[in-house]
Amino acid sequence: MADADETSKQAERNTNVGDGIAVKKQDIARAKNEGKELTKDEKQRLRKEKKQQKKNKKDDKGESEHENVPLPPSQAVVQCQSQKVCTSEKPAKSKAEQRAERRARQEADRAAKGKKGESAQQPPSGKSKAPPNELQPVVKRLPEHVQVDDPAAVRKLAKKLERQQIPVRSEYGYKVSLFSHLHQYSRKAPLTQQISIPSTVIHPYIVRLGLQYSQGIVAGSNARSIALLHAFQKVIQDYKTPPNEELSRDLVNKLKPYISYLNQCRPLSASMGNAIKYVKKEISNIPCLCKEEEAKKQLLSCIDNYIKEKITLAATTISAYAIEKISNGDVILVYGCSSLVNHILCDAFDKKRKFSVIVVDSRPRLEGREALRRLVKKGICCTYVLISAVSYILPEVSKVFLGAHALLANGYVMSRVGTSQIALVAKAYNVPVLVCCETYKFCERVQTDSFVSNELDDPDDLMVTRKGKIHLENWQDIRQLGLLNLVYDVTPPDFVDLVITDLGMIPCTSVPVVLRVKNVDQ
Amino acid sequence: MPVTDKEVALSERIEAFLAELKRGGSGAGTLRGSGETARETTALLRRITGQAQWSSAGDLMEIIRKEGRRMMATQPSETTVGNMVRRVLKIIREEYARLRGSSEVTDQQESLHQLLTSGGLSEENFGQHFKDLRANVIEAINELLTELEATTDHIAMQALEHIHSNEVIMTIGRSRTVEAFLKDAALKRKFHVIVAECAPFCQGHEMATSLSEAGIETTVIADAAIFAVMSRVNKVIIGTQTVLANGGLRAVNGTHTLALAARHHSTPLIVCAPMFKLSPQFHNEEDTFHKFVSPHEVLPFTEGEILSKVNVYCPVFDYVPPELITLFISNIGGNAPSYTYRLMSELYHPEDHEL
Repeated sequence: MADADETSKQAERNTNVGDGIAVKKQDIARAKNEGKELTKDEKQRLRKEKKQQKKNKKDDKGESEHENVPLPPSQAVVQCQSQKVCTSEKPAKSKAEQRAERRARQEADRAAKGKKGESAQQPPSGKSKAPPNELQPVVKRLPEHVQVDDPAAVRKLAKKLERQQIPVRSEYGYKVSLFSHLHQYSRKAPLTQQISIPSTVIHPYIVRLGLQYSQGIVAGSNARSIALLHAFQKVIQDYKTPPNEELSRDLVNKLKPYISYLNQCRPLSASMGNAIKYVKKEISNIPCLCKEEEAKKQLLSCIDNYIKEKITLAATTISAYAIEKISNGDVILVYGCSSLVNHILCDAFDKKRKFSVIVVDSRPRLEGREALRRLVKKGICCTYVLISAVSYILPEVSKVFLGAHALLANGYVMSRVGTSQIALVAKAYNVPVLVCCETYKFCERVQTDSFVSNELDDPDDLMVTRKGKIHLENWQDIRQLGLLNLVYDVTPPDFVDLVITDLGMIPCTSVPVVLRVKNVDQ
Repeated sequence: MPVTDKEVALSERIEAFLAELKRGGSGAGTLRGSGETARETTALLRRITGQAQWSSAGDLMEIIRKEGRRMMATQPSETTVGNMVRRVLKIIREEYARLRGSSEVTDQQESLHQLLTSGGLSEENFGQHFKDLRANVIEAINELLTELEATTDHIAMQALEHIHSNEVIMTIGRSRTVEAFLKDAALKRKFHVIVAECAPFCQGHEMATSLSEAGIETTVIADAAIFAVMSRVNKVIIGTQTVLANGGLRAVNGTHTLALAARHHSTPLIVCAPMFKLSPQFHNEEDTFHKFVSPHEVLPFTEGEILSKVNVYCPVFDYVPPELITLFISNIGGNAPSYTYRLMSELYHPEDHEL
């Protein structure tokens, strides 16, 4: 009986929603054009729509989830409760009641957490975290940026961005068929051209940050993470809790469109992803009775501590370990511009070690020149070659130091494109390869080749003027010609001899151990 | 001896050729392919044979050796010049032996018996005068020229035996031989080509535009991405500047990395090289293996004052050891790198290896 009522109410709601959709969309479009935030009603309607979709999906997954995942009884109760709350929700329910229910759920979660000692139940993200003493299949949601060839995923993203009032960036140029699942944008068409100025939806610091990312002004995973955290600090400082809202929940929701926007400007790196997870966790852990000023101060100091601990102090520790590996008379090869490797070399030079450096660089980014400038300024004796000359210069090299963008759970090193090549040639000449990486860049993903998850940079960067002529000038006109400008590649662990992290010097294959240790700590 | 007009004209020609060689090697003049250089060298040698004053084969060989040494000294990295000189010397020896009536085979084969009885070198001093020698030698050189003109076509004819449909082929830089090879295969088969641009000269760009205009699906990648995309490549087909005596290559820089990446993924590496590129040199034999050009290609002068504090290298060639090569395709067919020594003994006489 109750079910019949429910279904009829659902049907009603659906038709209502269906009728109102056209009207809603017009309103939303209008609000977007004016650059104003959506009104409360519109936001509520969007939220309901979202819940509707989620409920339909959950009903399908509901039974299978309950069977596959043998949750402990307390958690099962909580799950049932949450399901029941969802299904019996009525549109006319007041906000206070909804909030009370949510709070009850959260309290039950925290109680369960206290008992089992595992992390809090995340908002329904489709991910079920495995507790450390039970090996359960992890159902992960595939990130959007590797699903560009799936029209359903693209539509879903477009809808989400529309809701958050972020413009969609348009693809550029002919994409090589092997990479049709990735985005390819042009640097000449930044996202900010499609945003009205001033935008009240996105904080101006975030707009600036996004532009800096997409134009390559802020590059390198450490720099990007630090810039992101500073921008978040500014956002938190300027944040004012709206009435009838809680800081811990509203701030997280405020951050979501910012993250989508930054993702559109340039796909997030693994280190940025970890930083965002940390910030969100800190925000949602703010006790609800905390005053706004105190909460903000606490968050700001949390972020400061994170930067200090994970980036600055980690660099000092790694440098201390690495200096043991640098002896007098060494010829060290470095590739591109890694802030950590530069830091290590400068420290070693300060500690009066005698060595010389060979900087290897590659087109089209030519980041090695930046590293060259910094090392030469310090007074280190340097040589500079392009990556095609690496097999000429390698017989003179005694060690290779490489930086990393992320370390994957199967031991592969994800780094700037060309790193795997250097490691390959070094292995052929029997030269030791040392990778330096902070632990906050460790990532739970696994990957075996450089195709499935990568980033495509602007293909026009490959063009070059030689003797006054650009050969590839009209590459867009030739149908069969494609330019490929990859950003990352993965190095197999058998090419890497040692990984120097702030937890010590480990082999490449110990990365999942570190991740496990980190998860238990948190 | 009075200097005749012919001799003056001849020496002018030689000087002009030497100047061309010098300019061409430094990149200032028009960049010529090695095929062109080979043909011009052979034409010049034919002219010398026809116009210089000589009475016996020994004299002719001395003259050619002298000119050859001069030409090789002008541009040591251009090995086709030396190769052609050695070919012509071998032609002279053969023609002489034929005219003398002795069978060439026994003369050339250094059997142990011959070495012991004749005391090392054969007592031939090539002093005998033969009327027909000049004409014969010139005819043989003409045959050589015809062979040189047809090398690219002969190599391209073998393309369909090595490329199947829907393949992904990788190449580096620009080689006219490989270009002709791929274009010939594209007439009948559909495949995809990935070209590594080969910085800093970026000749891969020209190659890519040329191939794509012929209707082949082409992708240009940066040198740094060679290993990253290698896992999807079925074959690597490259050209080379020289084929060394041990079966190794002296190829454009970046080729060694390409060969290592191909070996790591067990992808076959095929080298398209005509026979005139085969040189009796070994790796590290002379200081002339590596050639460097101006480092401003790598680090331009706009970088400012750090230029005075850093060393910058811009090598042009790479050594690829024979273990990394799967197959050589030349105008006389395909063969393995281990067979190179035999081909060399057929093309050049062992005494001519050192000019």
